[in-house]
Amino acid sequence: MSRIHVRTTINGDAVEYLCEAGQSLLDVLRDDLGLTGTKEGCGTGDCGACSVLLDGRLVCSCLVLAAEADQRSVETVEGLADGDRLHPLQQKFLDHAALQCGICTPGFLVAARALLEKNPTPSETDVRYWLAGNLCRCTGYDKIVAAVMDAAAQMRKG
Amino acid sequence: MALDDRKRAFKVVGTRVPRPDGIDKVTGRALYGADMSAPGMLHGAILRSPHAHARIRAIDTSRAEALPGVKAVVTSADFCRAKHSFNQDALDHCMAREKALYDGHAVAAVAATSKSAARAALELIAVEYEVLPHVTEIEDALKPDAPVVQEDRRARNAPEGTHPNVTHVVSFGHGDLEAGFARADRVIERSFRTAATHQGYIEPHACLASVTPDGRGELWCCTQGHYYVRELCADFLGMDTSQLRVTASEIGGGFGGKTTVTIEPVALALSRKAGRPVKLVMSRDEVFRASGPTVSSWSDIKIGMTRDGRITAAQAMLRYQGGAFPCGTVELGAMSAFAAYDLEAVRADGINVMTNRPRQAAYRAPGAPMAIYAVESTVDELCQELGLDPLEVRLKNAARKGTKSAYGPTFDDIGLVATLEAAKAHPHYAAPLCPNQGRGLSCGFWFNFGGNTCVTLNLDADGTVGVTEGNPDIGGSRASISMMAAEELGIPYDKVRTIVADTASLGFNDVTDGSRVTFAVGLATIEAARDMIRKMCARVAKIWDIDEEAVIWEDGCARPAGPNAGDFEPMSIAEIAAIANKTGGPIAGHHEVNADGAGVSFGVHLVDVEVDPETGHTKILRYTVFQDAGKAVHPDYVEGQMQGGAVQGIGWALNEEYIYGEDGRLQNPGFLDYRIPVASDLPKIDTVILEIPNPGHPYGVRGVGETSIVPPLAALSNAVARAIGARLHELPMSPPRILQALKG
Repeated sequence: MSRIHVRTTINGDAVEYLCEAGQSLLDVLRDDLGLTGTKEGCGTGDCGACSVLLDGRLVCSCLVLAAEADQRSVETVEGLADGDRLHPLQQKFLDHAALQCGICTPGFLVAARALLEKNPTPSETDVRYWLAGNLCRCTGYDKIVAAVMDAAAQMRKG
Repeated sequence: MALDDRKRAFKVVGTRVPRPDGIDKVTGRALYGADMSAPGMLHGAILRSPHAHARIRAIDTSRAEALPGVKAVVTSADFCRAKHSFNQDALDHCMAREKALYDGHAVAAVAATSKSAARAALELIAVEYEVLPHVTEIEDALKPDAPVVQEDRRARNAPEGTHPNVTHVVSFGHGDLEAGFARADRVIERSFRTAATHQGYIEPHACLASVTPDGRGELWCCTQGHYYVRELCADFLGMDTSQLRVTASEIGGGFGGKTTVTIEPVALALSRKAGRPVKLVMSRDEVFRASGPTVSSWSDIKIGMTRDGRITAAQAMLRYQGGAFPCGTVELGAMSAFAAYDLEAVRADGINVMTNRPRQAAYRAPGAPMAIYAVESTVDELCQELGLDPLEVRLKNAARKGTKSAYGPTFDDIGLVATLEAAKAHPHYAAPLCPNQGRGLSCGFWFNFGGNTCVTLNLDADGTVGVTEGNPDIGGSRASISMMAAEELGIPYDKVRTIVADTASLGFNDVTDGSRVTFAVGLATIEAARDMIRKMCARVAKIWDIDEEAVIWEDGCARPAGPNAGDFEPMSIAEIAAIANKTGGPIAGHHEVNADGAGVSFGVHLVDVEVDPETGHTKILRYTVFQDAGKAVHPDYVEGQMQGGAVQGIGWALNEEYIYGEDGRLQNPGFLDYRIPVASDLPKIDTVILEIPNPGHPYGVRGVGETSIVPPLAALSNAVARAIGARLHELPMSPPRILQALKG
């Protein structure tokens, strides 16, 4: 089977890969590029664990074909921190104990980043509805919502 | 091991320190089951039965084996017979032998050079099935003409004439029921049903197996208990236990569902046959169809109460189904059903029935939520009928120290009354309600467990300490273990690092279950620290040339016990560590124990709901969890357990259910149709931690992980009953069922 040549940008770095026509972006990130921070919880777009930004837009990478990333920009959880400086969302997730097992955490962080870039002053209801596409089975969401609200407040302060 | 006598002022325990695995988990660096790869690795895939019940006449794998890229195909013929029937059931669940027992039951597996080749190979395996009649519901499985799921599995103590599908018959209780019911002013009998639910961990089962021709094996997997995985897998592959090393990956949720094996033996068999490492990852569809959900239940409850709210007698008949294999979960249901009450006359009977569903796995307080839902709903209905305050009635009948529990033992210090009092005093209980709104409450209980535990502490040359323990960390336990080590040694938290060892690096540890880790591993860590302190004091005694008994440990330093011991400057742990090579060599502390004294746990949940009479939708307005933690080591993660369990229970009460079609196939094996609660379904989940010390732990710690899933089922049902003026006796309380109840 001939493979497709893709040139893309991942977390700011130029990346090239070959993929099968039916391969998902998630599979290429995880299996071919070693970016296993993006998780697979369902493979059907229902759990949000595989959330990434594609040209700044929040998508489930399990529902995006790897070939679709050609000439576009992909951002994953691995690109959230600036070197050894955590993104405010990452720091607030730690401060608020917003993770237990942590498998959903990358997806929540990427989704929350997309929210705060779009709406720097979300209400708690905004946060709960925006994150409704991300499943967490450990926390009951309480501490996640608190962490996102707190990160938003800190980012507004600059 | 008893509670320490001295009233201690904790320095580390009770604070909210950062967890050691935190940064790895927010940066994507943490490695879970599916995140590990190996050179030359193959991808595995499993062929599953499309039939609920079918005899496997023949499996022809030749066409699959001939497909380019396919390196191995295995079936049940590639495994040994297990040493015990319980283990054989675990193996038969992983790979069907003579019959496929449920929709999704594994029948063969392949390993190939790519995922797509593995998937293509599955389609080339020809299985000749003889489809048999199936049964998926409890009532149907008990009918005289019901298909027998497995022959010769009927409970040995079952009365003559019991259906062969009945695998367990249990009974608990004491007192004269007849006399008790005769004393009551009101006696009611009700039947309840709860659907099977899935633990719903977001990480599907995943593993990486490597077996070499000399009979050695390596297994990386997401599990709650890698020692148990090793024991089972070695048995199924005919390996010596010591030759199989199992390393637990970070685990993406378990809730009981990862306490056994699912795909791990299959990956090992594939690797052995192919001679290469094999990665096997379940899809979500496979997780729902073929990993263990919880039991479903059909229960009858009879309770008698006096006009002033005293329960005079209580009786339960529980019927659980736990899938196609014998399942003892009903025993825990019968034991826990009436645990919250001080009763003179009580009896709980239970049976387990086999059906053509996947083998159940533990789910957070296994067996208790469905039994206590039925009891707490019946108590609530009696309160409504007699015009009594449901909280006062619980207080009037509450189990306390000295109560002979319904399941036998007499309770020691327990926190139920304190928890009920806290709920009564909380503003939530007195807050006003509007039309279509209702408030519900329920008690919850879990036994908690101790078990086999082994911990080693190593003192490093710079005076910092490594803790080696053997229980996968599901929700922050490495933090709490480090905290207890730091507390006991008198050193800062950040001078301790706890790791979870592989099976070759530390003695046996029981599975992370029964809310046992903070209790039992904590206890063993404290004892191992004391062992290390004794050794450090002995070294210092040698340096000072005084008796060992004349050296004491205080605030991270060895000191002379008193003026008579001599005049010496205290020696810090760092100073002792620096010269350990001159005083006798490395210093380590160790402790192994089969811990008991776990200390039972009680909780009370309060919930306000509003039911939309047009749609039947239930909105949760306010939720408060009250729970006894004994001593909250890391309050953030205690709250997290209380909130997470509550929300799983909310899902169970309102949305979640396994739905089987008439063809015996699971109709909703995905998160779209099996809907777990999302952030927008919920309000803030408030928590109130009570601390009634557990007499069986030096710091008073009790497990907190499981109790919180127990009360939500009845709390929600009682709230809905009060909101709509009609009571449902079945979960989930989905909108169609609520609309039906509203119509009367």
